[in-house]
Amino acid sequence: MPLRQLTPQKLYLLLAYAVAATALFCAPMMLSDFRLNLLAKFLAFAIVALGLDLIWGYTGILSLGHGVFFGLGAYAMGMYLKLEASGGRLPDFMDWSGLSALPWFWKPFASFPFALAMGILIPALLALILGFFTFRNRIRGVYFTILTQALVIITVTLFIGQQKFTGGTNGLTGFTTILGHSIGSPDTKRMLYWITAAVLIAVFVLCRFLVKSRFGKVLRAIRDGENRARFIGYNPAVYQMIAFMISAGLAGVAGMLFVLHVGIISPSTMAIVPSIEMVLWVAIGGRGTLIGAALGAILLNYAKSAFSESYPDAWLFFLGALFVIVVVFLPKGAVGLFRKWKIPKRRRTEHEQQVGHSAV
Amino acid sequence: MEITIIQLFNGMSMGSILLLIALGLAITFGLMNVINMAHGELIMIGAYATYITQNLFIDYMPASMFNWYFILSIPVSFLVAFVIGWILEAGLIRFLYGRPLDSLLATWGIALMLQQLARTIFGAPNVAVKSPTWLDGGYRLMDGVVLPYKRLFIIGLVIVTLVAMFLYIYRSHAGRRMRAVMQNRDMAACLGISTRRVDAMTFAIGSGVAGIAGCALTLMGPIGPSLGTYYIVDAFMVVVLGGVGKLVGTIVGALGIGITGTLFEFWTNASLGKVLVFLCIVAFLQWKPKGLVAMKTRSLD
Repeated sequence: MPLRQLTPQKLYLLLAYAVAATALFCAPMMLSDFRLNLLAKFLAFAIVALGLDLIWGYTGILSLGHGVFFGLGAYAMGMYLKLEASGGRLPDFMDWSGLSALPWFWKPFASFPFALAMGILIPALLALILGFFTFRNRIRGVYFTILTQALVIITVTLFIGQQKFTGGTNGLTGFTTILGHSIGSPDTKRMLYWITAAVLIAVFVLCRFLVKSRFGKVLRAIRDGENRARFIGYNPAVYQMIAFMISAGLAGVAGMLFVLHVGIISPSTMAIVPSIEMVLWVAIGGRGTLIGAALGAILLNYAKSAFSESYPDAWLFFLGALFVIVVVFLPKGAVGLFRKWKIPKRRRTEHEQQVGHSAV
Repeated sequence: MEITIIQLFNGMSMGSILLLIALGLAITFGLMNVINMAHGELIMIGAYATYITQNLFIDYMPASMFNWYFILSIPVSFLVAFVIGWILEAGLIRFLYGRPLDSLLATWGIALMLQQLARTIFGAPNVAVKSPTWLDGGYRLMDGVVLPYKRLFIIGLVIVTLVAMFLYIYRSHAGRRMRAVMQNRDMAACLGISTRRVDAMTFAIGSGVAGIAGCALTLMGPIGPSLGTYYIVDAFMVVVLGGVGKLVGTIVGALGIGITGTLFEFWTNASLGKVLVFLCIVAFLQWKPKGLVAMKTRSLD
């Protein structure tokens, strides 16, 4: 960014980002181990929210299936951790369900780099396949949304049904070490927290780059008028597929980090309710703004852990009401509210007014 | 042979339940372009309305009358769901016309609240509704093939509802107004049709049909607060598969998903069967992206 364009507002924004990043990295010094672990989990959720924002906020496609992509990433990492915990023997649940040898598709997950790659590639590939068969035929809007929800249902039934391969309802748990370090020790936890924070910032920068690039402009063009974008000569299906794929890949990354912090992954984590909760994070923070999505995920989860510990029943009422309120009164989320409140204060220059008129 | 007949019959039965559930969805989605995720909870409300009717009969009516409670509970559950649907439309849905994805999220919030409300009132465990004695047993078609009366009754109920809906949509003045609004909302408004009233009526009727579906589901097993969520996604798949705007698409879609689903689950197992059905639907949409029966339109979007 040339210095000339560095208006005071942008300067404040940059400063705010710098403060936020510093605070993220200093958090381990201020928080207890328990709180730090929670925060790390929320940061992982913020990564999903960023990915979801890319596809929903910027491309206008609502996916209720991100729990699946999140879960697939988590399972990939969970498989590695399970194999390491089993130390060369058969994982315990396979033993109980009567398998005598490790299934072929479990074997490569003993390697950490392979598991890491699969945690991103499998969700991305699934998204690509689903996107290929839908966007290409111009199946979109609510039709696509319903299909993603069906994807959630069948994945969950499949994972519960194939107990001998996936651990069934209990999922994968009982992890001990990662790359030889004990997964429960405070030092490892702190290290994992820093990794998560770094990944979150990297993902944020990546998304910001994508959104500001020409690619991001096309995405927004597709959101606002798919046919117009098509008539100008872009193929919306390709852009939608790529955006959906990136979004799913990010959800996979978040899932891998999630399982490291929480130590368990089960089908209930990727069921319908968690998937749609992810959408609420983005909606409440502000769809179409990256910082809104990330903050929405962190704050709403903070509120959830604070509330639902003491009033688990009231939480569901609150969550439901939040959906209604956000959709009806705050379609642009908290960030939109903030902007509404801020922009009238700013005096528009003559030049900006002209630009504004010509854009209409 | 016997097994095939039983499986086909189970498929028909499953399909008819799906049809009853998807009918209301197809109407609200087709006419108003509103995705009502709370539809499943309206089913749940219908089921609990049946449960309450049963309890009232046990408490206040002579025991000899008990067998007839179910006949009464059908209109009761329709009315309860109808009224709640009306309130929902007047209080929330009408602010969301033209924003289908937002309507999906908002109604999902409503669904959460209704579920939690049911959990608060009736408790989280499932409750059993005792079906009337004249529905016990089954019709013996041949050796080894017994068709339970309950399922036959549900199929009959679905046919009656379907005929009533057909008469309403295609043979009544209100239905004609409804179709007019569906085909061209602005034009219908210009010709003096109160689209507001048609919308409210349509949504309420769709909800009422969901109530009937809930009533029918009490015959299939115990009911609980999350009853609707089991069926809602399948019902939406019916709408996607069948296309919107015509009843026949919904009928074929529901029977198709019901029968193929039951057969696949029989040939493989419950979880693989669901996957196969989903793959079939996606494959089908490759051929007809707008569903089986699409309204012909010359507009682009």
